[in-house]
Amino acid sequence: MTLERDDVAKIAHLARLAVAPEELDSLRRELAGILDLVEQMETLDTRHITPMAHPLDMAQRLRPDVVTEENRREAYQAVAPLVEKGLYLVPRVIE
Amino acid sequence: MDGWHLKSIAELSAGLARGDFSSVELTRHFLDRIRRHDGRLNAVITVCDKEALLQAGAADERIQKGEAGPLTGIPLLHKDIFCTQGVKTSCGSFMLDNFVSPYDATVVSRLADAGMVMLGKANMDEFAMGSSNETSHYGPVKNPWDLNRVPGGSSGGSAAAVAARLAPAATGTDTGGSIRQPAAFCGITGLKPTYGRVSRWGMIAFASSLDQAGPMARSAEDCAWLLGAMAGFDVKDSTSVDRPVEDYVGQLEGAIRGLKIGVVKEFFDSGLDSAVGDAMSQAMTELEKLGVELVEVSLPHSKYSVPAYYVVAPAECSSNLARFDGVRFGHRCQDPRDLEDLYKRSRAEGFGAEVKRRIMIGTYALSAGYYDAYYLKAQQVRQVIADDFRRAFEQVDLLLGPASPEVAFELGAKATDPVSMYLSDIYTIAVNLAGLPALSMPAPEVNGLPTGLQLIGNYFEEGRLLNVAHQLQRVTDWHMRMPEGF
Repeated sequence: MTLERDDVAKIAHLARLAVAPEELDSLRRELAGILDLVEQMETLDTRHITPMAHPLDMAQRLRPDVVTEENRREAYQAVAPLVEKGLYLVPRVIE
Repeated sequence: MDGWHLKSIAELSAGLARGDFSSVELTRHFLDRIRRHDGRLNAVITVCDKEALLQAGAADERIQKGEAGPLTGIPLLHKDIFCTQGVKTSCGSFMLDNFVSPYDATVVSRLADAGMVMLGKANMDEFAMGSSNETSHYGPVKNPWDLNRVPGGSSGGSAAAVAARLAPAATGTDTGGSIRQPAAFCGITGLKPTYGRVSRWGMIAFASSLDQAGPMARSAEDCAWLLGAMAGFDVKDSTSVDRPVEDYVGQLEGAIRGLKIGVVKEFFDSGLDSAVGDAMSQAMTELEKLGVELVEVSLPHSKYSVPAYYVVAPAECSSNLARFDGVRFGHRCQDPRDLEDLYKRSRAEGFGAEVKRRIMIGTYALSAGYYDAYYLKAQQVRQVIADDFRRAFEQVDLLLGPASPEVAFELGAKATDPVSMYLSDIYTIAVNLAGLPALSMPAPEVNGLPTGLQLIGNYFEEGRLLNVAHQLQRVTDWHMRMPEGF
C-alpha cells in the first residue's frame, strides 16, 4: 500500500486530528502497514456476496412518536468544558 | 475473614444469607485486598470506597428483610468503559479523565438492582483498543502470574483483578476478543454473549456492530449467575434483542454426554504455540472422558477475519469517536484559535497513539471513493465468515479452539508494532464478525502461565456454553489455581 505524507495530512484533517509535520513519516509507515494487512481481503472473491447488515438479520424497531427523554440539561452541561446560560460556548464562528 | 476471596459467588451468596458475614464486611475485605495488592497490578483506575460501603449497607438491609436475590451484597468491578453515575468514567483515556458520568449504563443499573456492590472501575486499553492493556492513559496493567507480562486486553484490569482475587467478578466488553483473550492470559473464565443479548446502552461505543458486554469471573458457574442479571432486552439500545433471558444457572448441570464439538482446524495451524496446543489437547481429552464427541471442522475463511475486522472496527470507531470534540464533555485544549483548532487540538491531546491510528484508518476507509473497496468489501467478507460458522453448526453443537495463539507476552513485546499486536486476536475476531457467543476458560498452564480454551456456540447458546464449561470445571481444577503472592 503506497501512502504519501500528503495523504496522511489529508486523512488527519478529515479526522480532525492535529498532526505535527514530524509525525507524518512514522504515521505514514504505521497506517501503510495496517492497510497492507487489510488488503489481504482482496484475494477473496466476494462478487456475489450480499454485504452483512446485521448478524441476526434484524430490522429496526419502531416506537410511538412520543417524548421519552426528560430534560436533564443541567446534569449534562455540568460535565461540559465551557457553558454559559445553558449554552455550550465555542470560539466565534461568524465574524 | 481469611479465604472469603477464594469463594465462589454461590458460596458467598449462601454465606450472606446465613449471616456468616455481612456485605459490608465482605466489601471491606475486597477493598482491603485492592489497597494491599493493586499497587503491583494497576488493575483499578478508581476505587469507590464510600459508594461501595453504602451499597453494601443497603444490600445487608435487603438481606435482613428477606428481599435479597442471589447476587445481593456480592462485590464486583466494572470495566471503566461503563458509564457510572457520579463516578469518573475514563474509558482508559485522557480524553475522559475529567468525565463524571451523569447516568448509569444499563449493565451497571441492572447489576445494582440485583444488589451487587461496585468496588470500583477497572483499567483497560484506551477506548478498548488494544490487546495488552498497554494503551491505557493510566499505565499498563501487570499480569498477576508474572508481573513482567501483559494481562491481555482490552479488559485487562478486569481479568487481572479477578485472577488475583481482588474482586469476585468483573464486567468486560469484547469487540474482537477483549473478554476472552485477557481471560485466557490471566486464567479466568470470561464470556462474550451473542450480539444483542446484553444492552450496549451507556457502554462507551467503539465498534457498534461488534461490541458486546459480558461477565468475567473465576468459573462458568459464576459467569452464569452474572449473565442472568446482565442480559435482557433494553428499549434504549436499538440493537438489543427482544427475547426472554434463559435460566443459565439452571442449565449448568445438564448432561453433555453425546454432544458433538467441532475442533476448528484453522485454530490449530502453524501460528499456534505448540505448548499451548498441548494444553488444548489435555483439555480436549478431559472433554472426551465426559462423553463429548470431538470432530474436526473447518472455517475455511477465518484467515480473512483480522483483515476485515481492521476495516469494520476502525470505520465504526472513527464515526463513534467523532463525538469527542472538546465541546460537550471531555478534554478541551487551551486557548483555541477557532472552532477547527478547538476540534483538532482537543482530539490530538485527548487521544493516545493507537486510538488516533484507528480513527485515521477508519476515516480513510470511509472517505470519498474508498467505501466500496474497504467497508463494503469487509461487510461481504463478514458474511462469508458468518456462512462458514452456519455450515459448521449444521454438523456440530459447539466449536472449540484456543482463545489465543500464545500465553501472555512480555510488556513492551508488541507495543511498537500495531500489526503484530492485532494478530494476537487471530482466534477470537471471527466470532465478533459473526455475532456469535463464545467463552474462554482456563486450560492447563504452560511454564506457570495460564492458557485459555475457547468454546463457541450458535446464536443464543450461552446456556450450553456455560453448561459444557461447568461440567469440565467440575472434573478439573485449572480454574481454581491462582497466582502466588496474592
